[in-house]
Amino acid sequence: MAQTITEKIFSQHASRDVYALEIVQIPIDMVIGNDITTPISIHAFEKSGATKLANPDGFSIVLDHFIPAKDIASANQARISRDFAKKYKLKNFFDEKDMGIEHALLPEKGLVVPGDVIIGADSHTCTHGALGAFSTGMGSTDLAYAMVTGGNWFKVPESIKVVLTGKPQEYVSGKDIILEIIGRIGVDGALYKTLEFTGDTIEHLSMDDRFSMCNMAIEAGAKSGIVAYDKITEQFLSDKPLAREPRILYSDSDANYVQVLHINVAELESVIAYPFLPSNTHTLTEAVNDSIKIDQAFIGSCTNGRLSDLKVAAQILEGKRVHEDVRLIVTPGTQRILREATKLGYIDIIVDAGGVVSNPTCGACLGGYMGILGDNEVAVSTTNRNFVGRMGSRSSKVYLANSAVAAASAIAGVIADPTQS
Amino acid sequence: MESLRGKVWRFGKDIDTDLIIAARYLNTSDPEELAKHVMEDADPEFVKKVSAGDIIVAGDNFGCGSSREHAPIALKAAGVAAIIAPSFARIFYRNAFNMGLPIFELKQSDQIGEGDVVSIELDRGVINNESSGKSYEFVPIPPFMLSLLQSGGLMNSIERGA
Repeated sequence: MAQTITEKIFSQHASRDVYALEIVQIPIDMVIGNDITTPISIHAFEKSGATKLANPDGFSIVLDHFIPAKDIASANQARISRDFAKKYKLKNFFDEKDMGIEHALLPEKGLVVPGDVIIGADSHTCTHGALGAFSTGMGSTDLAYAMVTGGNWFKVPESIKVVLTGKPQEYVSGKDIILEIIGRIGVDGALYKTLEFTGDTIEHLSMDDRFSMCNMAIEAGAKSGIVAYDKITEQFLSDKPLAREPRILYSDSDANYVQVLHINVAELESVIAYPFLPSNTHTLTEAVNDSIKIDQAFIGSCTNGRLSDLKVAAQILEGKRVHEDVRLIVTPGTQRILREATKLGYIDIIVDAGGVVSNPTCGACLGGYMGILGDNEVAVSTTNRNFVGRMGSRSSKVYLANSAVAAASAIAGVIADPTQS
Repeated sequence: MESLRGKVWRFGKDIDTDLIIAARYLNTSDPEELAKHVMEDADPEFVKKVSAGDIIVAGDNFGCGSSREHAPIALKAAGVAAIIAPSFARIFYRNAFNMGLPIFELKQSDQIGEGDVVSIELDRGVINNESSGKSYEFVPIPPFMLSLLQSGGLMNSIERGA
């Protein structure tokens, strides 16, 4: 019987043919924890009486949320992960020396590969589906279970086929495509399901665009997002020391989908999600007409903190100045991205324009640190959530956008069209 | 799990995990500390009003957003005995089970009002709104989840499985 790529990944791991809605207990290739969620997992791991990790090289801890420590409690919390990593001689432990946002860092390190089953105690773990893997977020206890047993149970998800057609216009990115999808189907439109991205648009989308799309699958309630392997994936992986041999799989042409969604990307303009849900989408034209004054522009996060984000920001900011009433904060996703952006001159341009560049961290995106919004402040942000209080004060507002729009808005002081700047 | 009975606090749909426990409090996983700030950005007074055994009734997609297990931990530590909603976000659903926080899918959740007293009969699969006199069948807990619960939760199932 025909299968989707997701059903094929599960079948390989279950060593039998499985289909949507079946419950399977399977081994996991990579388990990911961070400084906030891993301490609860470590506690459960120790409480279970476990003395070793089932698959030590298949476990990564990335300290990225509140590191470098934002306060004493965060420092104490990070120590729990540091001590555990030391005790178990964890190979894949990423602290300040080689830090990055987990969902930008792991692909860069070759630790997640096509055909993998990946779980992380972080909802944006779905990002890694961009490599043709099944990747999903879970809680800390599920993580602990995988640390002890090397696997976990899953209900094989049904798939929604997203058919993307046409070449995106200038400054229209993967971020705009996923916001458009969330706007159409809602924040629970893909609940428990996989968003499988297909169509001729894919060949025009860089890995960075694909990571952005899969990253925000969770904002439609999805369990995972996935893009099948192609030349662009191959190119991305070619300079990385891969943890495993990629298992390249494709959906059968007659596979079963619960829904098919068509998006004409050629006609899509940039999308802005107004407060307070990612599904509250408007076109950039509408946003420009609404003259939305901003106090802060933020470029970063596991959604849009990659090299292409810094590149497009630098292109737009070159020779310009950030508006006198606006703060521009740029957070590269990893140390490697920071280094490359420095070499390529992007960081100089951003700083010359009046932007501030921070260390890699999740901080600002979730209102942790490094760019908190005050009472009634408004931000345009390349992050993934615009919930009440997400980036700071309960009375603050977040407009989600792509990096080009965020950069153009930083100059204009209002949400602005990058083609006009 | 015994039967549950409690006073209802109402919330809307798409209650996200940032509303349940804001990230600014995630520098600890201490349940008592987290409980002090539960639902703060949805209703800053909630912590003062809630009593042990109370039940939250909400709209669709309760618990959307982050995977933070701090959310069910905070709710449970604050004394919330159960949550009833037409649907739950996937990660929250799984976390709630793993944390031992009972949650029930009920399509007619909007027929239960703030301050109503509801009782939940687990064996019959029924939720009674004692204030209105109406009874409803909740969506049965999937058999696999039920067997996990009966084995004492996910972590306890390890020893049994091994």
